[in-house]
Amino acid sequence: MYPPRSVLGSFLLIAVVIGGLAVAFAYTAGWLTPGRVTPDKVVDAFTPPGVDVLGHRRNHAKGICFTGTFEANGAGVALSRAAFFAQGRHPAFGRFNLGTPNPDAADATVRVRGLGLELSGADGEVWRMAMINAPIFAVSTPQEFYQLLLADGSKDPNAMTAFAKAHPEFAAFGAWAKDGPWTGSYAEERFNSLNSFVFTDGSGTDRTVRWSLLPQAQPVAVPVEELKKRGPDFLEHEITERIRSGPLRWTMIVTVANPGDPTADPTKAWPDDRRTVDVGTLIVQQIEAERDGPCRDINFDPTVLPPGMRTSDDPFPAARSSIYAKSFDLRTAEAKDYPRTATGAKP
Amino acid sequence: MTVVRHHFSPLQRLLHWLMAACVLAMLFIGVGMVSTIMPKYLQLVSIHKTLGIAILLLALIRLVTRLYYGTPPLPLDLPEPMKLAAVLSHYALYILMIGMPLIGWAMLSAASYPIVLYGGIRLPPILPQSDWLHAVLWDAHFYLAFVFFALILLHIAAALFHALVRRDGVFDSMATATGRDDVVPAE
Repeated sequence: MYPPRSVLGSFLLIAVVIGGLAVAFAYTAGWLTPGRVTPDKVVDAFTPPGVDVLGHRRNHAKGICFTGTFEANGAGVALSRAAFFAQGRHPAFGRFNLGTPNPDAADATVRVRGLGLELSGADGEVWRMAMINAPIFAVSTPQEFYQLLLADGSKDPNAMTAFAKAHPEFAAFGAWAKDGPWTGSYAEERFNSLNSFVFTDGSGTDRTVRWSLLPQAQPVAVPVEELKKRGPDFLEHEITERIRSGPLRWTMIVTVANPGDPTADPTKAWPDDRRTVDVGTLIVQQIEAERDGPCRDINFDPTVLPPGMRTSDDPFPAARSSIYAKSFDLRTAEAKDYPRTATGAKP
Repeated sequence: MTVVRHHFSPLQRLLHWLMAACVLAMLFIGVGMVSTIMPKYLQLVSIHKTLGIAILLLALIRLVTRLYYGTPPLPLDLPEPMKLAAVLSHYALYILMIGMPLIGWAMLSAASYPIVLYGGIRLPPILPQSDWLHAVLWDAHFYLAFVFFALILLHIAAALFHALVRRDGVFDSMATATGRDDVVPAE
């Protein structure tokens, strides 16, 4: 038996319950907090005005696919129980790319070069990585990264100076961007995970690590003015040409943090004396244009990790995952705008 | 002798309230996770996938119990449009409870993402990689989530309307913890 209650009061109660749920939902969605940094906002901030990005990744938009093999030497087993580290060969494919939202950028105008990689194990395990050639990252948190994008895209000519002043940790990356050597080939680049991850070995011991791919080709420094003369797509032409004389190789090394090392901050390099383990070799055997290659439809989300690896206290992999997913959702919906034929004609 | 049922079976009531909590949590997690770049994003996505599969399994069990036990009859004096709304909204809720997890699973499959649930449980893809399938399924998953939430608000409003305004026993048929069919609720 319900106590007597006025009909008006009942309707009021219903309105409060429904309205309360709707407001809570809107709050959770971020509609009531315009200051929240969302994946949509970051993706928007990447996109420069007047550049046709439809159908492309919203960053690292220009790239070329490769396929090959990861040859594990077995040493990685001491760090992680991931099947990829047991001695043996694992299928690999990936994407050499440039850190630009412009799919038509001239190669010599882009400072950051990247490598996306997927290793697949026999039992369905997948490990995806997205590395770049910078030795450290530009900012310490995803929120600061968003501020950096806003400053970089700002019409205010002093925005970047102001940003650098307010973020002293940006200086190390700035110095690398300005004075670090350029090379004439993807094959001569060292690619770094930058972010830290946690590896768990067979006995359950956790270690926080970063990893790098060291080129087995000898890097040759080339002044950027010289590279600018080589044409807008020289990196793709060079790697396509170079692979004809044999596979390209990188040694994968894993660096283990000591207790107290800055595992959460990718702007901070770890001291040189940290334990490093050579875990195997990435062998790139074939280069394919992105439009026909296996890398085109893959989101190289760095949080796709096999058992024996997980994310650390570094906040970037989660942010990258959320932002890459948004970029992927956009470009798959724009597939008709992607230039799938050699002439760039849109079907 | 015919016994008129006034209550859903205890199993149906248990499933209803369990799933009410799951589905509501699911919608909040979904809308929250796609609007954050914070580390909690990864945990939310992991819970979203795991809870989605749990809801799919619960919904299938619930469908069987619904077909087996049926429902208590609606009050004879309930206006026809409201009866129709009740029937149609229940169809829609069942379609969404079963459809949304399948769409989510298919969407991840079409994107070539490994589908890993909490605790490392790995599900097989149910579709091949496909840009346009991913785009269609993503849109469906996104927009249907708002339809689902709106429908749940409507469902709650209607339930409270039965409980507070009409006081016709419809709310009790699902709400009463110990309701038995041989006890006629006080009118």
